[in-house]
Amino acid sequence: MTISEERFEFTSKAKRNLAILLVVGIVLLLIGIFSNMGGGHGHEEHAVLQTSSQAHLVAFNGSEGEHAAEAGEHHETATWLKRLYADLWINNVFFTGLGIIGLFFVAIQYASQSAWSTGFLRIPTAMANWLPIAAVLMLAVFLLGKHDLFHWTHEYLYDKSSPEYDPIIDGKKGFLNLPFYLGRMIVFFGAWLLFFYYIKKRIFAEDIEEFGVSRWKQIRSSSAWFLVFFAVSSSIAAWDWVMSIDTHWFSTLFGWYVFSSWWVSGLAFIALIVVVLKEKGYLSIVNENHLHDLGKFVFGFTIFWTYLWFSQFLLIYYANIPEESVYFIQRLTTGQYRPVFYINLFVNFVFPFLFLMTRDSKRKLATMKIAAVVVIAGHWLDFYLMITPGTMKYEGGFGFMEIGTTLIFLGAFLWVTLSNLSKHLLIPKNHPTLEESLHHHI
Amino acid sequence: MEAGKNYLVGVFEDPDVILNATKSVRKEGVKVHEVFSPHAIHGIDDALGYKMSRLPIVSFLLGFTGTTLALFTITWMLGYDWPMIIGGKNFVSLPPFIPVTFEFTVLLAAHGMVLTFFVVSDLKPWGKPKRFDMRCTDDKYIMAIDLGENHKNKNEISKLLSETGASEVNEKNFE
Repeated sequence: MTISEERFEFTSKAKRNLAILLVVGIVLLLIGIFSNMGGGHGHEEHAVLQTSSQAHLVAFNGSEGEHAAEAGEHHETATWLKRLYADLWINNVFFTGLGIIGLFFVAIQYASQSAWSTGFLRIPTAMANWLPIAAVLMLAVFLLGKHDLFHWTHEYLYDKSSPEYDPIIDGKKGFLNLPFYLGRMIVFFGAWLLFFYYIKKRIFAEDIEEFGVSRWKQIRSSSAWFLVFFAVSSSIAAWDWVMSIDTHWFSTLFGWYVFSSWWVSGLAFIALIVVVLKEKGYLSIVNENHLHDLGKFVFGFTIFWTYLWFSQFLLIYYANIPEESVYFIQRLTTGQYRPVFYINLFVNFVFPFLFLMTRDSKRKLATMKIAAVVVIAGHWLDFYLMITPGTMKYEGGFGFMEIGTTLIFLGAFLWVTLSNLSKHLLIPKNHPTLEESLHHHI
Repeated sequence: MEAGKNYLVGVFEDPDVILNATKSVRKEGVKVHEVFSPHAIHGIDDALGYKMSRLPIVSFLLGFTGTTLALFTITWMLGYDWPMIIGGKNFVSLPPFIPVTFEFTVLLAAHGMVLTFFVVSDLKPWGKPKRFDMRCTDDKYIMAIDLGENHKNKNEISKLLSETGASEVNEKNFE
């Protein structure tokens, strides 16, 4: 068969385009940083905002808002640097999600013994190659910007003699302390990487070995163990990396919420790469039936995300307990986050729900491409809305810095994915379910 | 011959045989009325040449009706007809309405689809469903051909059915 020898070529043209993307990202980021540095201007604005939005300020994190004003003397990080840390963190969490979802998707397919996805299984495998880079970046950004990103990292909060002593945060000390936090981060990434390399090695070993199911069985059982581990670790990672930014606040389904956001954007990203490769003439065995199933996945989990979003929102809205509702008050009563809040809901629910509803829109390359791009951008915005209000407070914004950092991350992520995709056969050669995948028809 | 009265019924023993028979019979220019089977046969709708089903459109319209009706009703009831203070919220506040709206959408879509199914398969109270061969609910695969809609005569079609693998060919007439 000729199809099994298909290889993806990471052409110099593609490399050039990605390089342009990276350069544009860097330029935009620099423009953003310089326009944000702008001397004392920022501080004046800051002061004006502080007085004019006094009412919001109280709502803004309650006592934490007061801390921020008082703690101003403790650390004086420039706004642009703080914003850079926040942007790096948003993108780190988002693209870590895309990477780990690559591995999660592969694991799900093996554990459920699926055949429909075999034709494009190399794409999520390649996406997971981002994980080692993500691990390094995550550690580095955390260590550099921990005081600006995470309120709970300040030591004076735990000092009973300090005026800023915070009994609530002190009560969470058993979980939110630096050694344990860093330990969790390292253990999660370490375990994910171990699973990834174990599975990856066996996936590619299959290409050169005799046909058989021994490799497949090994991957299947390790996938099942990975899924168990991922169920716990993804949830805790979400509390650590996203929820602990708003230290006082907590939501019991937050782990799932972050996972669903990762999962939808990961699926959309896989679909996007499949569509782009199809347009370039690759992936001859992937047809509209496979795409249809991917589309259903994106459509279905879009609704799942909305379900979790709404479950979180409705309970907090209805109970109206100040320590809980502060999270949404921050996002709904401030001029810079209020539009994002509604755009987030529209882009991640209303649009994909109506757009992907028909059978045809899931089966055609052009429509799937639009849906995938919108969903990816939408869930990036979701992470923006989770992270920025907690870190930047009323100084947050959306501008060149956010776009710049995102383009840099996107370019790097695509580079890693595509270069790893070109290293091996594009279609698994001796995969036991390949034959079944060829006949997939819905 | 009048359409919808006289049918030729081919009885098949195997899903693959009837799938291929459907294709070859249609290739010969014979119009197949319907194929009946105790279970779903993969690819039979393509073999029968069915275009896109209109069922999803019906489902969407029913669901949309449910959404609007629920939102309208609850807004009117709690906002205008009999306003009540619940949990200190506004009379008309959207978030608490959403679960009811969702449920009503699902209810109307689901029940409406059942009713739609009854209507389109002649199971409505005044309908007279055509039963070609009751064995298609057990272990046989049935192909019904409306003689009134075909140019070929009974013998030709009967021969064609036997050639493509029908174990028996019966005639079925309805009043």
